Amino acid sequence: MAKFSRREFIRDGVTAFTVSFAAPAFLNDIALAQGARSRSLVVVYLGGGNDALSTVIPYQDPFYYSRRPAIAVPAGQVLQIGSDANRRALGLHPRLTGLREIFNQGRLAVIQRTGYVNSSRSHFEGTDIWGTADPGSPSGVGWLGRYLDTLPSPVDALAGWATTNETPRALISRTVPVPSIPNVATYSLSSPNGAAEALNERNAAARMASYTPPSRPQLSFVNGSVRGALNTLDRVASINSYAPSLTYPNNGFGLALRAVAGSIVRGIGTRVYWVQTGGFDTHSGQGNAGAGGYATLMGTFGDGLLAFHNDLRNQGLLNDTLVLQFSEFGRRISENGSQGTDHGAAGVMMAMGGGVRGGIYGTAPSLDPNPSNPTLENNGGDVRYETDFRSVYASVLDGWLGADSVAILGGNFRAGAPAIV
Amino acid sequence: MARGNSQVEHLLRRAAFGPSGPDLYKLASLPATVVTTQLLEYELLPDDVDERIGDSAHVGVTTRGGQFSPNTSIEDARQRWLFRMVHSQRPLQEKMALFWHNHFATAYSKIAGVVGAVQATKMMALKSGELPGPQGQLETFRQHALGNFRNLLIEMARDPAMVVWLDGRTNVRARPQENFAREVMELFTFGVGHYTEEDVYAAARVFTGWNLRNATNGVTTDPATYYEFFYNANQHDLTAKTFTFPIYRDGGRTIPARASAEGMQDGIDLLTALAHHPETARRLARKLWNFFVSELEAPDPAFVTAVANEYLLNSTEMKPVVRFILRSPWFLDQDNWYARYSWPAEFVVRAIREVGWNGFSVDTARAPLVNMGQSLFEPPDVNGWELGPGWFSTGAMLARMNFASTLAANQRFNLGRAAAPFRGTPEDVRDFFLDRLSPAPYEREPRADLLAYVNAGTAWTGSDTQLNAKSAGLAKLIVGSSEYQFI
Repeated sequence: MAKFSRREFIRDGVTAFTVSFAAPAFLNDIALAQGARSRSLVVVYLGGGNDALSTVIPYQDPFYYSRRPAIAVPAGQVLQIGSDANRRALGLHPRLTGLREIFNQGRLAVIQRTGYVNSSRSHFEGTDIWGTADPGSPSGVGWLGRYLDTLPSPVDALAGWATTNETPRALISRTVPVPSIPNVATYSLSSPNGAAEALNERNAAARMASYTPPSRPQLSFVNGSVRGALNTLDRVASINSYAPSLTYPNNGFGLALRAVAGSIVRGIGTRVYWVQTGGFDTHSGQGNAGAGGYATLMGTFGDGLLAFHNDLRNQGLLNDTLVLQFSEFGRRISENGSQGTDHGAAGVMMAMGGGVRGGIYGTAPSLDPNPSNPTLENNGGDVRYETDFRSVYASVLDGWLGADSVAILGGNFRAGAPAIV
Repeated sequence: MARGNSQVEHLLRRAAFGPSGPDLYKLASLPATVVTTQLLEYELLPDDVDERIGDSAHVGVTTRGGQFSPNTSIEDARQRWLFRMVHSQRPLQEKMALFWHNHFATAYSKIAGVVGAVQATKMMALKSGELPGPQGQLETFRQHALGNFRNLLIEMARDPAMVVWLDGRTNVRARPQENFAREVMELFTFGVGHYTEEDVYAAARVFTGWNLRNATNGVTTDPATYYEFFYNANQHDLTAKTFTFPIYRDGGRTIPARASAEGMQDGIDLLTALAHHPETARRLARKLWNFFVSELEAPDPAFVTAVANEYLLNSTEMKPVVRFILRSPWFLDQDNWYARYSWPAEFVVRAIREVGWNGFSVDTARAPLVNMGQSLFEPPDVNGWELGPGWFSTGAMLARMNFASTLAANQRFNLGRAAAPFRGTPEDVRDFFLDRLSPAPYEREPRADLLAYVNAGTAWTGSDTQLNAKSAGLAKLIVGSSEYQFI
């Protein structure tokens, strides 16, 4: 399968961008009219391929221990969350105390064995497949971008918001340029001159970026980024003064969630946020329960989400917010010689929020390496998917965002979709 | 200082870090072919750029704790590399080092997490001989910048930073480790579609025992301590390894079982086969098209075929390949001028060269580069940076505009002095900056907007105060405009 670059797509998409950019600057002001205090979706991407079997642990499966002698979490230390439909007992990683609390309150859904047939073991192809929701041709616009394309025009410049340095493929849209705002505090415009002159400069920059020469689509594209920045600066700056109801963990993930909470509380009007945290490519030094690389990753993930959950709960906005977590693949069942795991297949997704029907969805694999074990693939090496990830997307699109998942996903994935919202 | 030799300027934007005043005076009268040769044959020029760090005629560096420590502090390693890009007489060497840094993308932070900051900086950037231990990865990129790709690939497989980054240090025969094995095929050579999962498993076994050791006292904070690559014969899988693609010239696909002492040859055989694979040649040709020729047009199939042939016929030597490209009609085609989105490092370096550096420290660029999406020695993952339009999210573009502002503010008096001979009319001042900063051509409207900016506020008198303010404002607007982002 060919590898696709985002570049190819964006070039093809430039003409469309140009058209939408012809919309007038009052776009700034339509946020309140269009979406303030409406439902929002916060997508959380665990970058690198999360080891699902260390997140949601089938702690009574003897093969879990025999195949992972160095990195298995001892049964006594997992945070039990009950059993799935096959009565396989499950527990969360010991560092996920916050998520267990949310699970016990019925606001966390765990969807096991999510993925797709012939899972890619490549980070980059895998990320593109999850981003486009199209395993056959993972290039072009993303699934969330296609959702934004369905919003009535003109679409607000902050309808989507990536807290990353670059816009992830999932948010690349045909008509809506999604701003990337990694840091609210530095998302401001500086000037070499004082107030009046600075305003002259800003006005000049805005005018210079307002042209979309048809013969130079690359200029139109970059001008779109300039306009996107100038059109969102002032509203984003209003979040700087956001005072959360609690202290967020002082790391990139926690601070990104803090900015998202600020945006939700201020009613900025964003429909879809993208937050990610990396380091999940744990080929070595994964560790087990309390120590090691994986425990640190779970601490970042779980503590950040708990703060976000409690902050929104305290402000009465939990019912308007849905968090959806994924990763590009799960990992090999047997550990390697580096106390880590190599690239595998099916993974785990989670959904969190006031509107979530909490609980365990899907069934755990049997980790018996017998090649005929139907819950595994690759000669018993990897976990086989049970729930197509697109059916989870369908639940979110139909049930949460009120969109038409069939049109957006290019197929009907409602059958077998877990009823998480 | 009207510009004249557009072809040379194009060459200097692509194969160097942009034209600047002194370069132009030296090179403007030379034919492009001569300049191309000068850029390519850089080994005839001394590699003395580091000796000029701290000299007041050059861009500054900022020291912490009184000492500039580019071999043991990653911040200073970043400063040293930026300094080289601004001032090296061998710009194509630095440019190719940047290309290879993206190709073999290795990130400092993971390495520092394993071996600590001092050792990780040494692994990334130690200049040979300045401290005990093997040279850093960047120096290997510079050494092989236009050298032999097969040799560079083998050096990378045994590069200490790479061995930590892709976990080769713990690849042992009982339970092979697939990280490097997969990426060497997916990203460093022929790419997805040309190997199977079974090839990944076989390659993981090939590299068992390609480990790392601390050769000294083990005190990682000691600058004299170092790690080195180590072939651990006891940990090498001795059995034969079979692939789905040819390893040997006779078409043989199986690396034979070998005695443990000879086991490293397995890896050499595999890497040699990968380097000479026709699909590797084509993949490199496509990457070089995007780097040197155009990101606006897909690689011309004729170019890919021609460059791949050049690569294979020259036994993976890169200098003939890059020479071929820089002299090719595709490179020279005027339609391909300003057809490449500048990388943040290129943007920053070019801006410093064109706006000015007297009294400016490259350290000032470090934090903005993070916001632009390119911290040197910190690519986001092993796939490298998302190039082209991928650099131009709103946040990243804002960071470019703000860097333009910071630099213009810093250089405001220098800019005002330089513009003084043109202070007669607003048009002349604007045209002076358009000439000095060499953005891609503006359409009529934004050119008029720049003039309207000079005229905005009080009526034009050309006073020093007014000239300084408008000079800084023009430099900021031009360097922060879309037209300036293309090279």
